[in-house]
Amino acid sequence: MTAPGNVLVWAEHEGGAIKDPTLAAVTAAAKLGAVHVLVAGEPGEAQAAAAAAAKIAGVDKVLLAADAAYAHALPENVAPLAARLMAGYDAFVAAATTTGKNVAPRVAALLDVMQLSEVIGIEGEGSDRRFLRPIYAGNAIATVESSDATLVLTVRGTAFGKAAAEGGSAAIEEVSGPGDAGLSSFVSLDASKSERPELTSAAIVVSGGRALKDAATFEQVIVPLADKLGAAIGASRAAVDAGYISNDYQVGQTGKIVAPDLYIAIGISGAIQHLAGMKDAKVIVAINKDPDAPIFQIADVGLVGDLFALVPELTGKL
Amino acid sequence: MKVLVPVKRVIDYNVRPRVKADGSGVDLANVKMSMNPFDEIAVEEAIRLREKGVATEIVAVSIGPAKAAETLRTALAMGADRAILVETPEEIGSAVEPLAVAKLLKAIWDEERPGLVVMGKQAIDDDSNQTGQMLAALTGRPQGTFASKVEVAGDHVTVTREVDGGLETVKLALPAIVTTDLRLNEPRYASLPNIMKAKSKPLAVRSPADYGVDIAPRLKVLRVAEPPVRQAGVMVGSVDELVSKLKTLGAVA
Repeated sequence: MTAPGNVLVWAEHEGGAIKDPTLAAVTAAAKLGAVHVLVAGEPGEAQAAAAAAAKIAGVDKVLLAADAAYAHALPENVAPLAARLMAGYDAFVAAATTTGKNVAPRVAALLDVMQLSEVIGIEGEGSDRRFLRPIYAGNAIATVESSDATLVLTVRGTAFGKAAAEGGSAAIEEVSGPGDAGLSSFVSLDASKSERPELTSAAIVVSGGRALKDAATFEQVIVPLADKLGAAIGASRAAVDAGYISNDYQVGQTGKIVAPDLYIAIGISGAIQHLAGMKDAKVIVAINKDPDAPIFQIADVGLVGDLFALVPELTGKL
Repeated sequence: MKVLVPVKRVIDYNVRPRVKADGSGVDLANVKMSMNPFDEIAVEEAIRLREKGVATEIVAVSIGPAKAAETLRTALAMGADRAILVETPEEIGSAVEPLAVAKLLKAIWDEERPGLVVMGKQAIDDDSNQTGQMLAALTGRPQGTFASKVEVAGDHVTVTREVDGGLETVKLALPAIVTTDLRLNEPRYASLPNIMKAKSKPLAVRSPADYGVDIAPRLKVLRVAEPPVRQAGVMVGSVDELVSKLKTLGAVA
């Protein structure tokens, strides 16, 4: 790939607003070249989202594909649209969210490109460009270069700062694609409703583990502290598997990757798979009754004791 | 309906991977290897589909070194009917990239004409999370990724997907590709009689060249390193100390 090139960022949007992981994807894409953003969605919502995308600092152009077929980001419909547009681009970038991970590999295969997944760092320029990505559940970091003429990557939002949502004034160009492939349809979204900040972008996360005993206790102990701090709630895989809370709260390699300013781990032992999801938090606090719990090896502040006494006390004193 | 289940031989998920001192990769010598956990869930789901009368034949496929035959025997012991090993050269081993794996699976798809492919959402070694989506693209079929529920009815499959905002349900025309997430099911253990029986089930060995697929890697791994190590901080003895420490760190107001 010759630098500087043109990069197409596939935008995730909701209610006419661009989602935070896409803002981070714009930051990553800017390291590769001039950034254009593809907003595909149903008419109305897509136009609003395109207007929002045009204001993102550092975006040169917005491609708008308004078609009911592109609602709900069905990859069978979106990937052929993106692949066709890629004729004019050197790289395709999507956020490494469940939506981005669903769409980007389908685009990559249509382009006969080997995707770079979950990129956390971009180094070097032009033919010397290298990408960093975690492998083995974050137990190793691979530095990789690609021989493909076109790049397709998903980027981990927590590894790149968010581009400013305001400040740009990109032109919006309407594009169209093949539309509905007739292979798939959206049935429903059972959204976990929450007044809290979104887990992956929250400044503070209060997370509970298996030691919370059951769903009612989890709520009694974790919720008041999270409320006090205006924090998002997270959970270990053990807590999710035990049914204390639903799976979209799971922090870890197989769940959400978070990097808040403050992460409070309560009754979480610190399995490798959990650590992979939160070890980039600025400050980690651990409260656990087991002084040998691995979580204490990475915590900035540790407190050993009975969480059922300590957490309510902490909630009262903050 | 025939169900195709691709499985990968990977480091056992209970083993902590060690990066080689020369930075060339992760040390897999004398390390316990097992079936990728997401693929076990895929095998289990296929068996449950047969128990419901939806699947009639389960074909397990692995692309990897000769030893991947052991992984296929595990799938056969769980309940798959037959297996295909696409054996890769020793120097490439399990490091075949998702794009090449998807191309080989496409070739097998063309031969076998399955009604459904069920496979893990990602392998726990390279964590790419690509192969299912790529196979769907190459076959021009729909994909239900990160599945926590799979229901086949008539010429469609309804898949509930674990997405960032909750659970999304999509309806896909068959044939389709489904990738499994952790909560889809709990895989069964193979019984001793079934392990014995699996030894006589058919296992065909092929090569990438048989399918005319170039498996040369597109990506070059320059270096593999340990992630930056976080320093352990301080232990405090009380909630008061904890609060004052958090204030010093500027973590709370």
